[in-house]
Amino acid sequence: MLGEDFKKNYKNIMEKFEKKESSIIALLHLIQKENGYILEEDIDELSKLIEIPYSRIKSVLTFYTMFNQKKVGKYHIQICRNISCHMAGSKKLENYIKEKLEIEEGEITKDGLFSYTTVECLGACGNAPVIMINETYYENVNEKKLDEIINNLRTKK
Amino acid sequence: MNIILKENFDIKTYITNGGYNALKKAFTMKPEDIIEEVKKSNLRGRGGAGFPTGLKWSFIPKTNSQKYIVCNSDESEPGTFKDREIIHKNPHSIIEGMIIAGYAIGATKGYFYIRGEFAREARIIEKTIYEAKEAGFLGKNILKSGFDFDITIVRGAGAYICGEETALLESIEGKQGKPRIKPPFPAVKGLFGCPTVINNVETLATVPYIIIAGGENYSKIGVGKSTGTKLFSVSGPVKKPGVYEIPLGTPFKKFFEENLGGMKDGEKLKAVIVGGSSVPVITADEAMKVNLDYESLSSIGTMLGSGGMIIISESQCMVDLLYVLARFYHHESCGQCTPCREGSGWIEKIIKNILIGDAKVSDIDLLYEIAENMMGKTICPLADALAMPVMSFVKKFRNEFESHITKECKICFRK
Repeated sequence: MLGEDFKKNYKNIMEKFEKKESSIIALLHLIQKENGYILEEDIDELSKLIEIPYSRIKSVLTFYTMFNQKKVGKYHIQICRNISCHMAGSKKLENYIKEKLEIEEGEITKDGLFSYTTVECLGACGNAPVIMINETYYENVNEKKLDEIINNLRTKK
Repeated sequence: MNIILKENFDIKTYITNGGYNALKKAFTMKPEDIIEEVKKSNLRGRGGAGFPTGLKWSFIPKTNSQKYIVCNSDESEPGTFKDREIIHKNPHSIIEGMIIAGYAIGATKGYFYIRGEFAREARIIEKTIYEAKEAGFLGKNILKSGFDFDITIVRGAGAYICGEETALLESIEGKQGKPRIKPPFPAVKGLFGCPTVINNVETLATVPYIIIAGGENYSKIGVGKSTGTKLFSVSGPVKKPGVYEIPLGTPFKKFFEENLGGMKDGEKLKAVIVGGSSVPVITADEAMKVNLDYESLSSIGTMLGSGGMIIISESQCMVDLLYVLARFYHHESCGQCTPCREGSGWIEKIIKNILIGDAKVSDIDLLYEIAENMMGKTICPLADALAMPVMSFVKKFRNEFESHITKECKICFRK
């Protein structure tokens, strides 16, 4: 379901664009920012609201990998797996996250707080390995740093 | 010149350092003279293709119709993180460059396309545009010049292909980022069907300097046709990874030893990918003899590309690294062209088999053959971007591929 925040802001966002269709990606970002993911019912609702065909929105949603098309944890961890991070031990880091959170890629922890996926280059290779949690980058990550990050997010809830 | 400032990045600091003086100077010049100055500088596109910037601008028809200038901040080429650094440390230079470019080609509207993951950077640019507007450098009748210009930020959403000019335009139009067939080129038919120039962040950030110093003075930096300075973003096991601005033509050896501090203790240099993951890899020996400029690199069969330099040590297995790259390009292929969509998939599968030791020696040749068949056969260069690493890795490190087939690779098969 489209949230309150979305309904309050979507018109302002659409106004920034010269053509209505150009705003689709920005609107999908807005939905994801509030809900964490974008479900079928959201596309239906959005399609009716902005009067752009469902298929048009869906084609955009499925092309761009940042959009989560199924539920994710409140804190969605994305681990870069590309060359520089790979050389700096991102695979080991992934295994550590798996063990620590007791989840496989794409799964959510029982408390609903965490999920993770691997992603391609995040563009911060000089500080590899890099992870991104929701919209925040964490660089030069190691197991100790990861413990701190996860503990902080847990207590923040 | 200093593309990256060491200090705070707000507008006050920028102006204290001479910021927006280039814009003021540009308004005293005719648009065609600005293009001429940029042509004289020999500045070449810093995103990767190295196309002469002034020439690109001159392709825009001199009509009064709607035109656009687009800043390409999709920075997604593995190993490349220089544009992010400019956004962090000198964002006003990009905006100033964009306004000057807009004035030169007659565009009153700019788009700043930034990759979706750069949420913090998008906020920085938002603040930068706000500051520039408050100070009267954006909006109507800028500095009483009669020129109107405004910039809209568009965020991507995770698609490497959107760094390709026409895929980027599709993305701004709110579509799947699938590259367009050219011609028509964007200069004739670009965003919303209007003439459009798309420039990389670093290219635009260099423009103010050229206007102040003059094209000829700029062209004195560097060597031959490779003029000016270039940002190199360096990752891998060197002592000091990071972003460096050096004059083109600097010997790799000097840069490696003096700026990067050499390899981390216990690591030995094996190979270098000089300009982002899609350019052909070179061996340590080749690297130590080459200068970092367009022509020198091309003479040994590689490219300057984006300047995303990836340093590879002896402790890495080349088969393993090529698998990582193949998986990436397969994942990012937009699927339009068969050679890329299918070829990248087959390449990933074959390398995976070689990696786990479940392959024949003839598979190494098959790998090379598929890559060869992908080169130059697609709408955009993504197929080439995979084919080039595949062919160079196989050619230069064939022994490592063979040692995988016999399961003798000491890095991957040690117990």
